[in-house]
Amino acid sequence: MTLALLLAALLAIGCVVAVALPFLREPDPESDDLAELDESERRRLDLLEARDRVLASLRELEFDHRTGAVSDEDYRALVGPLRRDAANALQALEREGSTTTAEAPKNEERPVGKRIS
Amino acid sequence: MAELGRAALIVTLGLSTYALVAGAVAARLGRRRLAQSAQNALVAAFCSTLVASAVLLGALLRNDFSFTYVARTTSEALPTAYTISAFWGGQEGSLLLWLLVLTGFGAAAVRLNRGWARDLIVWVVPVFAAVAVFFSFLVVAVASPFATQAAPPDGAGMTPSLQNPYMLAHPPLLYLGYVGLTVPFAFALGALLSGRTDERWLVATRRWTLFAWTALGVGQLLGAHWAYVEVGWGGYYAWDPVENAALMPWLAATAFLHSVMIQEKRGMLRVWNVLLVILAFSLSLFGTFLTRSGVVNSIHSFTQSSIGPWFLAFIGVVVAVSVGLVLWRLPLLRSPTKLESPISREAAFLYNNLLLLALCLAILWGVVYPLLSEAVRGEAVVLGREYYDFFLRVFGLPLLLLMGIGPLVAWRRASLASLLTTFRWSTGVALLTGATLLVLGAGSSVPGLVAYTFSAFVTATIVLEFARGTRARKALGATSWPGAFSSLIARNRRRYGGYVVHASIVLLAIGIAGSSAFDSVAEARLERGESMEIAGYRLVYRTLDERIAANATEIRATLAVERGGDDLGTLEAGKNAYTIEEQVSNEVGIRSDPLTGEDLFVIAEQIDPDGTVYFRVFVKPLVNLIWVAGIVFLLGSLITLWPDAREQRRLAERTREIGVPATR
Repeated sequence: MTLALLLAALLAIGCVVAVALPFLREPDPESDDLAELDESERRRLDLLEARDRVLASLRELEFDHRTGAVSDEDYRALVGPLRRDAANALQALEREGSTTTAEAPKNEERPVGKRIS
Repeated sequence: MAELGRAALIVTLGLSTYALVAGAVAARLGRRRLAQSAQNALVAAFCSTLVASAVLLGALLRNDFSFTYVARTTSEALPTAYTISAFWGGQEGSLLLWLLVLTGFGAAAVRLNRGWARDLIVWVVPVFAAVAVFFSFLVVAVASPFATQAAPPDGAGMTPSLQNPYMLAHPPLLYLGYVGLTVPFAFALGALLSGRTDERWLVATRRWTLFAWTALGVGQLLGAHWAYVEVGWGGYYAWDPVENAALMPWLAATAFLHSVMIQEKRGMLRVWNVLLVILAFSLSLFGTFLTRSGVVNSIHSFTQSSIGPWFLAFIGVVVAVSVGLVLWRLPLLRSPTKLESPISREAAFLYNNLLLLALCLAILWGVVYPLLSEAVRGEAVVLGREYYDFFLRVFGLPLLLLMGIGPLVAWRRASLASLLTTFRWSTGVALLTGATLLVLGAGSSVPGLVAYTFSAFVTATIVLEFARGTRARKALGATSWPGAFSSLIARNRRRYGGYVVHASIVLLAIGIAGSSAFDSVAEARLERGESMEIAGYRLVYRTLDERIAANATEIRATLAVERGGDDLGTLEAGKNAYTIEEQVSNEVGIRSDPLTGEDLFVIAEQIDPDGTVYFRVFVKPLVNLIWVAGIVFLLGSLITLWPDAREQRRLAERTREIGVPATR
């Protein structure tokens, strides 16, 4: 009984220390803010996802055409719009990049805080 | 040591509650250290649950009958392996296992993804914690595995049907599956709460979902084999409510694994995918409720208990909160693209989803109907095998056909002319197979014949896909044919692993159709020396023996088996009388033919004192393909689950491009 309670107490103390560790390690941090994606980063992430999606679709279409799973007729009908989408996605990313660069001085003032790792 | 177990669970409850509250506050206010602290609490909750689990396992291995749970589920004579399986054999232990796996998965999923999806993770932690609070509350306050008593001289023992090697793997795998579905659920809700409904929650949970789905699938097949060899009624799936309870989340997860591809490729079905994840998780909770509440009459419901109302209330809260969140975030979940054509891969996947969901809901209705009819009319009306078989045919056969069509149709749209070209070989093979089987007499069961024909179609498409893909890889520069084949799989594990899984479903369909639509059955009361015949076999009842085993008395009838004049050896069937448990079980005799996949299955239904035995004998063609399907399914799942270095690089690149360090 005594041993069990002693072990239970040790377990509880260990858990409390683990939970308190971030505060023990950094009792007085420069910033305690969570580093979240800002509006432009989120927009850029959406564009990157769109770009990767359309590039993956293009790769798959090319391979399916090569294997014969997609006929020449279907390939011709599909590849044009996909290439246009890919070009649009890349252009949108470029535009977003130049906008972000222009906004950079404003962003520097934003409190970034330490990232969770 | 029961005090340590109890204390550890109270610590888990405290840590989970802290992770829920602190995690929610940290996410809402954007507090970094508090968010880290909540994550640490989740990891610590796993550690304290591990301590509680070690205490219970130790008590089981010591046969410490001062633990009420140990005394109720084991005995001195129980072999050690089954003593270990008693951990999940009873209600309290299985809830503890749920909690252990939940906290472990939660801690692992959070730590693995926090580097690249941290703004999402801070919202995922409180969701995990909320589920952990519920389960830790149950094992602390409602169904504690650490209740104690004055130790009796021996335990009550284990239900005989559970004393089977399959019980060492079947329940834990189902639990891994049930609990594994918490991961996509927590990330989906985290995405809704945080408003980060981009692709990251899908990427973070894809492998977890696949893992949970694989565990559920393999767990169900092991359970089916357990029922086949141990329960002794001549079948492997009885549409038992608890069997259905595992099948339903598996079907919902199957639908999700297909529809998620549409979101990844086309950005569509965002609301649908979130709803499927919520459905799969809610059904996994419902499955645990059915198994452990004793609310339904099932061979699996070993306990009547008081946890039912708690579970129902929790399921209600989960569904209400989740649906509320989806409605709140609807504007964020709008799809940027639309379905372009009803003849396209996304359309085929959508049809597949609708059929899977329809089958899932038909099964759900069959499960809850007895409960509803009892509540309304005071009499439980059970929907029988015919009900489930009907819907399996109506929804299952088109699903089988779609499995062959879907992967070969182009994304966005395909022309009819192209479809005819693409499927000409597969259709030819299917029609030839159907016609041949019809000539050979397989027309006695139309659903069976259709299943075989569709299976031939799907098999042909899979073989053609591998053949064409390998040829294309070779043309692209692979040095050898084996090299081209392995490069084909390595470059697109999801697609080609998926085809292997489809092949396993074909084997399953052939096995089920063969063993259920074309089986034979015969019954006879035989005295020693007498014989009976079935489907070309002749069985001669030779001897009846009784022997004493470690925990049971075994009675076995020996039969000599012949076919076409050839001696095929002997077969034993009988019963085990378990002394401590005071129960008797059927011990069936099975002779498998490795060449044809056929089983001769003998049940000694009744053994009279004068040695006369009433035998029931089945011949089940192709039944062994069902178990082979399990191995192929596992292989396909492993291919799909295997980490993809190129995908990892792409994600790392993407996160680097937005200026976030990729630490995954």
